[in-house]
Amino acid sequence: MSQSENLTTKKGLGLGPRRAVAYIVLVFVSILCLFWFYVLFINATRSHGELTTGFTPMPSTHLLENWRNLLTKSTQPIWSGMFNSFIVAALSAILCTYFSTMTAYAIHAYDFKLKKFMFTFILMIMMIPTQVTALGFLQLVSKMKLENSFVPLIVPAIAAPATFFYMKQYMESTLPLSLVEAARIDGSGEFRTFNTIAFPLMKPAIAVQMIFTFVTSWNNYFTPALILHDEKKKTLPILIAQLRSADWLKFDMGQVYVMIAFSIFPVIIVYLFLSRFIVQGVALGSVKG
Amino acid sequence: MKSQKQSRVVSYNKWGYIFLIPFIVVYVVFQFIPLVTTVVNSFYENYRSGLTQIGPTFIGFENYKKILQNKDLWTYAQNTLIMWAMGFIPQILVSLLLGAWFSNPSLRLKGQRFFKTVIYLPNLIMASAFAMLFFTLFSNSGPVNSILMQAGVISEPYKFLSNVWSARSLVAFMNFLMWFGNTTILLMAGMMGIDTSLFEAAQVDGATSTQVFFRITLPLLRPILVYVMITSLIGGLQMFDVPQILTNGTGDPMRSTMTLIMYLNKHLFSKNYGMAGALSVLLFIVTGVLSMIVYKATNGNKEG
Amino acid sequence: MKRKVLSTLLAATMLTGLLAGCGNSSEPAANNNSEPAAENPAPAETTPAADSANAETQAPAVEAGDEGSVLNIYCWNDEFYRRIRDHYPNYEVIDSTHGTIGDVSVVWNITPNDDNAYQNNLDETLLRQADAATDDKIDLFLVEADYALKYVDTEYTMPVKDLGITDADLANQYQYTKDIVTDSSGVLKGVSWQGCPGVMFYSREVAKDVFGTDDPAEIQEYVKDWDTFNETAETLKAKGYYAASSANDTYRVYSNNVTSKWVVDGKINVDDNIMKWVEDSKALVDAGVIGTHELWSDDWSQGFYPEGKVFAYFGPAWLVNFSMAADKEGSIGNLGGWAATEGPQGFFWGGTWICAATGTDNPSLVKDIMLQMTANEEIMKEIVIADDDFVNNKPAMNAMAEDETYSSKILGGQNPLAMYCAGVESLDLSNLSIYDQGCNEEFQNAMKNYFDGNTDLDGALDLFYKAVVEKYPELTY
Repeated sequence: MSQSENLTTKKGLGLGPRRAVAYIVLVFVSILCLFWFYVLFINATRSHGELTTGFTPMPSTHLLENWRNLLTKSTQPIWSGMFNSFIVAALSAILCTYFSTMTAYAIHAYDFKLKKFMFTFILMIMMIPTQVTALGFLQLVSKMKLENSFVPLIVPAIAAPATFFYMKQYMESTLPLSLVEAARIDGSGEFRTFNTIAFPLMKPAIAVQMIFTFVTSWNNYFTPALILHDEKKKTLPILIAQLRSADWLKFDMGQVYVMIAFSIFPVIIVYLFLSRFIVQGVALGSVKG
Repeated sequence: MKSQKQSRVVSYNKWGYIFLIPFIVVYVVFQFIPLVTTVVNSFYENYRSGLTQIGPTFIGFENYKKILQNKDLWTYAQNTLIMWAMGFIPQILVSLLLGAWFSNPSLRLKGQRFFKTVIYLPNLIMASAFAMLFFTLFSNSGPVNSILMQAGVISEPYKFLSNVWSARSLVAFMNFLMWFGNTTILLMAGMMGIDTSLFEAAQVDGATSTQVFFRITLPLLRPILVYVMITSLIGGLQMFDVPQILTNGTGDPMRSTMTLIMYLNKHLFSKNYGMAGALSVLLFIVTGVLSMIVYKATNGNKEG
Repeated sequence: MKRKVLSTLLAATMLTGLLAGCGNSSEPAANNNSEPAAENPAPAETTPAADSANAETQAPAVEAGDEGSVLNIYCWNDEFYRRIRDHYPNYEVIDSTHGTIGDVSVVWNITPNDDNAYQNNLDETLLRQADAATDDKIDLFLVEADYALKYVDTEYTMPVKDLGITDADLANQYQYTKDIVTDSSGVLKGVSWQGCPGVMFYSREVAKDVFGTDDPAEIQEYVKDWDTFNETAETLKAKGYYAASSANDTYRVYSNNVTSKWVVDGKINVDDNIMKWVEDSKALVDAGVIGTHELWSDDWSQGFYPEGKVFAYFGPAWLVNFSMAADKEGSIGNLGGWAATEGPQGFFWGGTWICAATGTDNPSLVKDIMLQMTANEEIMKEIVIADDDFVNNKPAMNAMAEDETYSSKILGGQNPLAMYCAGVESLDLSNLSIYDQGCNEEFQNAMKNYFDGNTDLDGALDLFYKAVVEKYPELTY
């Protein structure tokens, strides 16, 4: 380590300047990431009248007023939107991680004829975009009379190839088959072994995938927009998209900004608490993949 | 004894199939059946004119002919690829740079956790909210124009969404912002996985850090770069939320920001199931080919 | 969508008690008007009930045995619900989507309009109408002008004549409100309780600055036809003002005065007057006199404030009363800074029509609702007073127009009703087609590209044709 440092310092560009350049670039990039949220926050605190006069870098005092207006004057059911988004995202995350782990366990712990084929098959379908099956999916949903229902948004999460893949990779490094064998010798049933031995061992991976699935589902716009038509069933992204179509709400830009903030800031706050975890999770996926 | 053990293994192994059941059932119901009906639909004329249902009438490959003869599909494919590339090229360059810095122990950057947290943040934001935010920020009377005018950069509001390249740039820029953090962390992890003795040996041989980067880091990162590129390309082909909401589905100006999925969405929206089906099948083929490439690439990586 | 705008604003305004417009504008007027209103509810309900409605409502009551016990109403917001609740005799509220009229229970199926959801839902239900159980059949549904013909020109909508409504019953209604719901063979299939004739609203401040007067009669001379309007725009430009906020503002005025349909024999057709809009607007946009913003966008609404430097907006009463930020400090409307004049051509914007669904099992009740809500002069007057609506009844509106005590605060004390009435009388709307909604939307989208200089006229027209065929695959060009 010290040797390499010595060697580097001998090069044309010293370590100090290089570090300075790195910091400058990092700060610049960070500003690039945060600037928009800063503007969003400032504008959410300003009244429509103030917004028409141009941007100022200091927040104003109308945040609560905008928020109240959004709740009382607007027709956007934001609370039910948030509640719906939460239900769909949470249930998807639970189902997705549990069953993906189970699928991964099937491939990892057992040796059966179709094993290789199934593994390849699941990897292949990982690459099919959901949109190309949207048409058939829609027809199926309407035939099953599941329009305006959360079922078609939640249940399909059980078959999540990407999550499966991550779980499979993680399992290879953390779940020795000898452990499964030992459980068998103790007389544990296969299903129980999975639930009491394999599943708990996967906790870190499950947590990471739960967060990702939750966020993906929370942010999903395409499928819910096709399935949910009932105002009380709509999820947040649909309500946000409705801001873009003509609506009286847009006469008060303060309300628009507050509503966007309402859908973004909870995620940011949760993220800040879990960030170390998430960043590691991403890195983990790549090392194994 | 041998046969006994075998039979026990077999009896356990049937559990492999049992544990696969939920996945298979859900996959077949919610993805495979829809895929089949989509393909079937593509051979029929089937749409709604007002309240009158036209079809379904079997018309063979007519829908495909109509789509392929029309230049539009190529235009939208081009738009999609252009906007993807405009976002991806800076994304990969910035990510490589940041990844190299983060993984370089001699730089000993402070606040790494903070920076990683910040650059990953946009990835978690609802694309629809992000697009809506950018739409308001970049509108003619929005804050960005207001700031630029206050700073004296421009005297008239610049119509970001009325000019082809500025509209495309906005879409690309948003994709860049949302994904470069993710890519940085992936590449950084990949770089940290490289055996440090290689770097040391190179430095003993008197290689500059630039040479080390291009001669050692980059070649060793190739598999992960390929992985990042292909997944990003497949993600790019599915580009929808951002341009859809930014342009309210019009793909303006002159449909230069209309992506393939937005086009598909138009047909779905007007209940033209035949055309939507054919378009879906074509998209499926394209992504299928790309998937094959990914599969080959990742597999080749394992063997090598 | 525009109706949604109106009604939500109505609701909002009423809730907050900020009844803009005529309400609190002139105390004596409000008192004069509200006094009979306050005393009238009892007589108003009993009088028609005694004369005609009682006879009507009793008739269905007798037949109720043969008729359905559930009345299904499909609509996209609660505007019509509130009209029925407040003004229809015998309506009893159970909750916000259920009520009763006599023995019949009323079910409100409210689907908001966003992303075409209302029409999609209505389409699916109408297509299943024949097989639906009697109590599930749609009885009444509401439509807007832009897509009225999509429903009216099919057998899913009942001719009002078949319900027993005669021409004489509807004689006081504005002709344009009938044109919109008349099918291709000339059969009337719906009715409306409101009229939405539009005028040009201009900023008094700007008028004084540029023309030295804000008198509507004099200003009308500067905008009496399109050529004059365009010349005036140049004058405005010289002083640093925009003639209108967006080219889309004037679109409706041109498109209401066409002489041919959007589709002729399955081929897309662009009317000369629409092309004139393109030509005029392109010149104005190039000269920097108007913008190209979408209606309802933030950019578009900048002109509601003096800083926006916009001379005029085009719209009906509800635009200025509820939509132009009159309740916001510093807006032109808040200061009473607008004035109304007829403008270059008459037009209308908005409005809701009531249609009866074929297969309804409550025809007599449907008939009664239509008559009470759109042709009963007493109820119409009630609506004007209680809801500040412009009703579809010529005698009632003409009387209001001559009422000198009625004036609008936002319009600086002007009584604009006579102007609203004048323009709309001459409107000829026989050239509607079932494709209007899609064509109007796509045409404005496509032309925005031409105005912004992203393509030439042919390119924009090609884009328009392409987009329309995507929406309506059966059309050619």
